[in-house]
Formats: sequence, structure tokens, C-alpha cells
Amino acid sequence: MGHSFNRRDFIKLASAAGAGAAVLGGGYAVLNPTPSAAAAFPVQPGDVIRRTPTYCEMCFWQCAGWVYTKNGRPWKIVGNDEDQHSTGRFCTRGTGGIGSYTDPDRLKKPLIRVEERGKQVFREVEWEEALDYIAAKLAAVKEAYGPESLAMFSHGNGAAHWKTLTKAYGSACITAPSFAQCRGPRDTGFVLTYGEEVGSPERTDIENSRCMVLIGSHLGENLHNGQVQEMSTALSRGCEMIVVDPRFSVAAGKAKYWLPIKPATDTALILAWINVILEEGLYDREYVERYTIGLEALKAAVERNTPEWAYPITSIEPSVIRETARLMGRHAPATLVHPGRHVTWYGDDTQRSRAIAILNALLGSWGRPGGFYIQQKPAVPDLEHPPFPTPAWTLCDFAKQKYPFAISTIASEIRDATLHPVAPDKLIKAWLVYGSNLIFALPEMQKTIDAIQQLDLLVVVDIMPAEIAGWADVVLPESTYLERYDDLRDSPGRRPQIALRSPAFEPAYDTRPSEWIVKRLAEKMGLGRYFPWEDMQDYLNRRLTAAGSSLEEMKQLGVKTFPSQGPLYFQPGEDIHFNTPSGKIELYSQQLADYGYDPVPVYQAHPEPPEGFYRLLQGRAPAHTFARTTNNPLLTELMPENEVWVNPAVARDWGLKNGQYVRLKNQDGVEGTFPLKVRLTQRIRMDAVYMVHGFGHTQKQMKKSYGKGADDNELVTNVSIDPIMGGTGRRSNFVTFMSENTGAGEVV
Amino acid sequence: MALKKRYAMVIDTALCIGCGDCVVACKTENEVPEGLSRDWVVERLSGEFPDLSLQYRSERCNHCSNAPCVSVCPTGASFVDEESNVVLVDPSLCTGCKSCVASCPYDARFVMPEGYVSKCTFCLHRVREGLDPACVAACPTRCMHFGDLNDPDSEVSRLLKRRKYEVIAPQAGTEPNVFYLV
Repeated sequence: MGHSFNRRDFIKLASAAGAGAAVLGGGYAVLNPTPSAAAAFPVQPGDVIRRTPTYCEMCFWQCAGWVYTKNGRPWKIVGNDEDQHSTGRFCTRGTGGIGSYTDPDRLKKPLIRVEERGKQVFREVEWEEALDYIAAKLAAVKEAYGPESLAMFSHGNGAAHWKTLTKAYGSACITAPSFAQCRGPRDTGFVLTYGEEVGSPERTDIENSRCMVLIGSHLGENLHNGQVQEMSTALSRGCEMIVVDPRFSVAAGKAKYWLPIKPATDTALILAWINVILEEGLYDREYVERYTIGLEALKAAVERNTPEWAYPITSIEPSVIRETARLMGRHAPATLVHPGRHVTWYGDDTQRSRAIAILNALLGSWGRPGGFYIQQKPAVPDLEHPPFPTPAWTLCDFAKQKYPFAISTIASEIRDATLHPVAPDKLIKAWLVYGSNLIFALPEMQKTIDAIQQLDLLVVVDIMPAEIAGWADVVLPESTYLERYDDLRDSPGRRPQIALRSPAFEPAYDTRPSEWIVKRLAEKMGLGRYFPWEDMQDYLNRRLTAAGSSLEEMKQLGVKTFPSQGPLYFQPGEDIHFNTPSGKIELYSQQLADYGYDPVPVYQAHPEPPEGFYRLLQGRAPAHTFARTTNNPLLTELMPENEVWVNPAVARDWGLKNGQYVRLKNQDGVEGTFPLKVRLTQRIRMDAVYMVHGFGHTQKQMKKSYGKGADDNELVTNVSIDPIMGGTGRRSNFVTFMSENTGAGEVV
Repeated sequence: MALKKRYAMVIDTALCIGCGDCVVACKTENEVPEGLSRDWVVERLSGEFPDLSLQYRSERCNHCSNAPCVSVCPTGASFVDEESNVVLVDPSLCTGCKSCVASCPYDARFVMPEGYVSKCTFCLHRVREGLDPACVAACPTRCMHFGDLNDPDSEVSRLLKRRKYEVIAPQAGTEPNVFYLV
């Protein structure tokens, strides 16, 4: 069934989309001028206003809120006051969530890749045909290579049913870029130290912090809603911040100390802080004695990491290192050295995260107010289903041999194993990609495209025609989070709490929610028994009833809080068993030593930019999430493109003017596809440039984002792999300005 | 008969992160057409690397007590609402002549696609229901405060008593009612 393509071409979806009926209309009611000033207001007598509960899918924070309609049309989204992720206030992206529904460039109809007159195009098909096609292809893949050859890539809560389907099919190869491309080194570093992850949302007790240290974390520009709110609360209570960043971030602007560190040297600074804290006895002796092991080994290891040693490495003066260390000590244990989130930078990121974990342990902040609280998780039993088949092999087994402390699957490894199989009989031949634009999310873009060429089947499930969709064999248009039920949000937090996502609108166009798609596909694949429920309402109601609620109740509440199971902090003198081999917080890690890694973090020097090149730093902006929201009509208006931040002294050398467009080229000669605007600013060091990730889309159907700004990912061709857990460090790339764009014409 | 109000906004620049949530919240609440905005965020950087200071400000109509937009309006479309001291525009009286747009020192006014002038209303439709304006209610940093300056016990009155503040373009003599804590 179906045609097999020896080589896939990238299909610009613009050619495939039919004109289509404008199902959505303009989205907004037109104000009808009346002889009264009342017409200047959006609500008129007689308007019918309704609200339905949801939790947000604009990012991973999953804030719970209410979607409002006015006279049956989309109006606005606001937070749910009961919700501990948002405390009733949505962030910029969450507030702009309506735009994901009204976006006229959405995927509208299932698409299948076909060849017409020697050219590959997408043909619009009915759901039946799309699902039959996938079922037949997956049957053929299973027959030829075994079920283990299916890999699933995902992002977001909507992926739950797709994961079930993948397991039911017989594969355990389920992954997400959020580990090895993002927070993985932090999670591994904290597990090695405390035996636990910091989780998501993180268990940081920022609102009670008296001192908060941010190392490369630009909280406030990354709008991790709960944390941003708590930072604001803490600041208004007099919390003193120390911000370490080569860029004068928004948080740096609120800080008592900004340490404009030389990029790639953070570990040296943290070790120097540890040195001062030990040397001056600023650490929490009782806590360290009771809960940790390895203090003497740590002391010996950092003995020479004095502020004077760190100064030439980091460019931070010894006096500043000492002052900031003392500030941390003064406020301990209410000093939070923030673990960050996107931490795949230089390839030694697990060790840097370990250093952060150790510093927190010395300050006694783990399990203490103002540091890290103990998470409470709601008990919501899963529905029963038949046991999944046991795969004969998984790529995780191979990854474990390479990266012994990978506590999750490594998306980039699965990509690489598709391109270069780990064994002749262990092939990856089908990808199921849910809500993750792998072209932008995985470094070394060309490898991703080459890996895709090895596949017999690539299925992409998305709401937008993201770049990955252009490489798909089948594109399934999912309804947005505003048009569907999804599984419950049951993430841990200060209180055990659940949240419901229910549809505010009927699915627009010919889109479907994943629960509908997966259940029908499963039936076609003979796997229907793994989905023993009628529909999502039935599924949710059964889960909720088991948890002591009901779908009806949750439709009214949106959010439900259960009684706490225990205290948020360690009790004075309490004995705690940590989930590490020693049962203690491990300042010294025997586990790491056993595998030949440094048991205590050691500073590692990294290559510096060649003459005329600048280290490429990437980050987030409050208006957007990754590359997912850059076509959202509401958010695009706020931030239509990204800019490259250049120090004026650097700009002078290159004859660059503020606001002009320039293309970047990296150390490997890779040139950016699109030019981006120059932002001359004192807010960045002279040895680095900065840009927000997620722009420079090449998919023409995304009319608002096509060619707007530039994509940092295509310039990331040098990846620093973290040997401990397989993270892909992105900040080992250096860029220069293309001479076609510079005023000077060539390097001065 | 309720006492006359003097509604004001007090914005704490020490907490504002310039995220633009206020802008999106206003756009959705008030159904402001694409390309137009009733509020916006300004970033001000001073100093030289590495001695820098950064301020963000969420700006909008200042609902001035001495509003030039009202005095220049030839039709009476621009007016001060008696009970709230809020400056409003009556779309049915507005001819779109743009005198008010030119007179506003804050560039707070714009012409709607339908031809009449529009701007921030302090979300009076929400305020009358006992709610904060949409921007204030959305702000994740809680840096924005709204209330009645004629009430000495209101949060805004207390903040202005306790903290140092600025208004934009005081030299214009417009007596703005949006205050920035610094």
C-alpha cells in the first residue's frame, strides 16, 4: 500500500493547501458604533459569555485557566485562581493562546505524500485514508524489521495516547528533545547528588528565597510563569539576586550583583564560590554533617579553586566572588542557587549542574524554606489496560552503554541510530513525531534530514505546518488544546492538585483530537483493546471518579486540590534517606568515579572563538515558546522576528548599524538562510552574540513567520556531547557576519 | 450617590519585566484589531557595559486630569467620564479628524478600521464589575495596581505616599493618572 520514496523532498505546504472555507471567520466581533460611548467597550448588554476550563499548552508549564467565549466566539483566556502553576494569571503566551486557534495557517486536513509529474506533493485525504495508510505501513514495518523499529518523538501532554499506541505496537523507543537537548544535564546532576530530580514545575521555593542566584537562567525572559511570579514576590520582599550571565538579562537588571562572566567558564566560578564557602566556614555545618557525604574529598578537590584562580578564567574579580559567596552564606538556607532549565551548553553540563547541586547542599537549601521544597503529588490511578508486549531490544540499552547516567531516552541518539544503525538487524524505520519540530529542536539539522531519508514511514501529528511536516509521509492535523480533552494534569507541586483540559470550541477545519485519531488508528492496527474506553469523557470520568472527583465536578472547578500528604520542608533534626547509593547527599560521587568520571566537578576549559568570530548564545523571549508560537497572530504582533544582539564596540569593527539586516556564518562555513536584524546594545559582552531561538521558519505556509528572523539551530553544527548523559551542548559554535551585509565590506 | 472617583494606575518598574502580557491581555479583552494596540511596553537602558540599568514600562493613555485630547476635540466625542475621571471616546460622535491623536503627548490614540478614534478605557466595563483592568489582572509580576486616588486608603494612594514615583512627560502639564514607581 502506498508509494515508497527513495528520497524525500521537503514539501512547502503552500502548494497543497486548498483554498478551503473560512471556518473561523475573522475571530473578533466588529463593534457596531451606537450613539453612546458604551460602544467603546467590548461587552454589551445581552452578550452571552461562557467559560470552560483548560490547562495551557502554549508551553510546558501547563497553567490552568478559563477560556471565555462571547456569543459563541473566542474571546480571551485567563488564569484559574485556584491553580498553583499560575495563581490566576496567565503569561504572555498563555494569554495569547486564542491565537493558536484563530491562526489561519493551521493544518486543516490530513495529507499524504504523493508523486505527481515527477514532483512530490501532498494530497489532501480523508481521515480514513490517512489512518489506513499508516496502519498498512506500520504493519509492513513490523513484518520486515520488527515493532522495535518504530521510534516516537514527542512534546507536550497531548502525546499520552500516542505513547500508549507505540508501546502497544511493541516499541519502547519513546523520546523527547526535552531531555538531551534541554534539561537533561540538570536532572542527571541532581539525581547523582540528591537521588531526585528538581521536576517540572521545579520544586524551587523562590517566593521564600532571601537570595537567589541565576546562572545563565534568564528568568523573566523565559516566562516560566510560576517562577516568574515568585521571583517578583521575592524581589518585593527584598530578596537579593546574583545573576551570572554574559548578557545583561532582564533578571540582571533586577539583581544586586550582575556578573558578566566570560561564556563557558561558569563551572570555574561555582567552584570558586564553593572554595570560599568552605574556606570561610559559611556552610551549614549541621546540615552537611547530617545529610551529606564527601565533605573532606570536596575540600581537597576545590582547594586550589580560589577566587584568584577563577579571576583570569571568568573575568569576575576575586573581591566580587567573595562578596557574593558571603551574601549566599548570610541568607542560607534561604539561598537558592537556581538549577536552570535549558542547560545543554558546553558538553560538561552535568558536572556544572552537579556543582550547583553541591553548592545548594553546602548552603543547606534542599528541603528548606527559600531553597527547594518537598513536592506533593496527587494520587490519580491510571486506567487498566492489557500488558504491553516486551520489545526484543530498545535503543535505550545501547544508549545506556554509551551514556551510563542518561535517566531518559536521548532524542539525538535515536536520530543518529536511524542514520547509522547500532547493529545490522536493529534498524529504525518509522518515526512518529508528535508536536515536536525536530528540524529546529535537534542540533545538526542536516543529520536529522539525512536520518529521515532512511525511514519507510514518517508520521507527523501537529497543529501547524512546522518544518518537520514538510518531510512527512503523512501529516495529521490535530485540533488545538482549545478544541480537545486531554489527559489530566497531575504534576507535583506545593499541594497535590489536578487540572482539567476540556474543549472550549468544536474542532475547526478537518482537525481531530489525538484521542479520536489514536483510538481509530489502534482499531485499524488490531490494538483497540489498549484503549478500553468509549471516548475521552468516559476515560476522564473513570480516572476522576477513582481519584474522588468526577468529570462533572472538574468542568465546574477546572482545578482541584487534595489534602497535603506531608510537610513541604525537612523538620529540624529529621533523618532523611536520600535515594542515592549512600543514602546521603553525595558531595563526592562514587558512582561517577566508578565510571571514570570526576567524582567532584572539575573545571574544563573550552575552545574560544577564533579571530573575528563570536560565541553564539541562544535564549528565550517572553512572547514565544521555542519555534512553536512564532506564527501565532497575537504573539507575532508582539515579537515578529528575532534580532542578533551585538555590542557597539563589535559593531564598529564591522561597520554594522542598529536595525540593519545581516546574515551570520558559523565556524564550519555554514551560512544562515535568512538575514536578521542587528540590535546594537551594551547588554552583551564583546566576545559573544545572542539571539532568541525559534525564528527563521522556512515553511511558506506559515505566512507570518516565514523568513522572519533567523534560526540559530542551523548554525549549530558543532555539538559538545555530555559524556555522562548524552546531552547536546549547543554553545560551542562561533559566528561571524557575512561581508555582503556589513558596512565595511570586510573585517577591519 | 457614590462619591466621584479618580481612577489611577500605579506601575512598579522595579518588578516589571517587559513581558508584554498586558498588551496581549488588553488586545483580547478589548478585541483590538490586528496591528493596533491600546498599551505597549517601553524599554529604557542607561549606562555603559558593564554598569547598566534597565527599566521597563507598560504605557497607555494616562487619563490625564488636564487632557488636551478632550479640549481639542471639535465634536465632544472625547470626554471625561464624570464619575470615574476616565477619558473616553464616544465612537458615534467621533469624525476621525485626529486632532486628539496629534494633541496627545503619549501617542496613546489611534484610528480604528471603522474610522473612529480608540484608546485605553481603563477597562471601565470591568472596573464597574469590581474587577481590575485586563492588563492589571493578567500581569504575572503583579507590578500593576489600579484604584481610586480620591480614596486615601486605596492601594494606589498608599503606594504613592510610600514610594518615589514619576509620570511621563510632566512638562506637558497634562496631570497624568498613570504613575511609575521607581
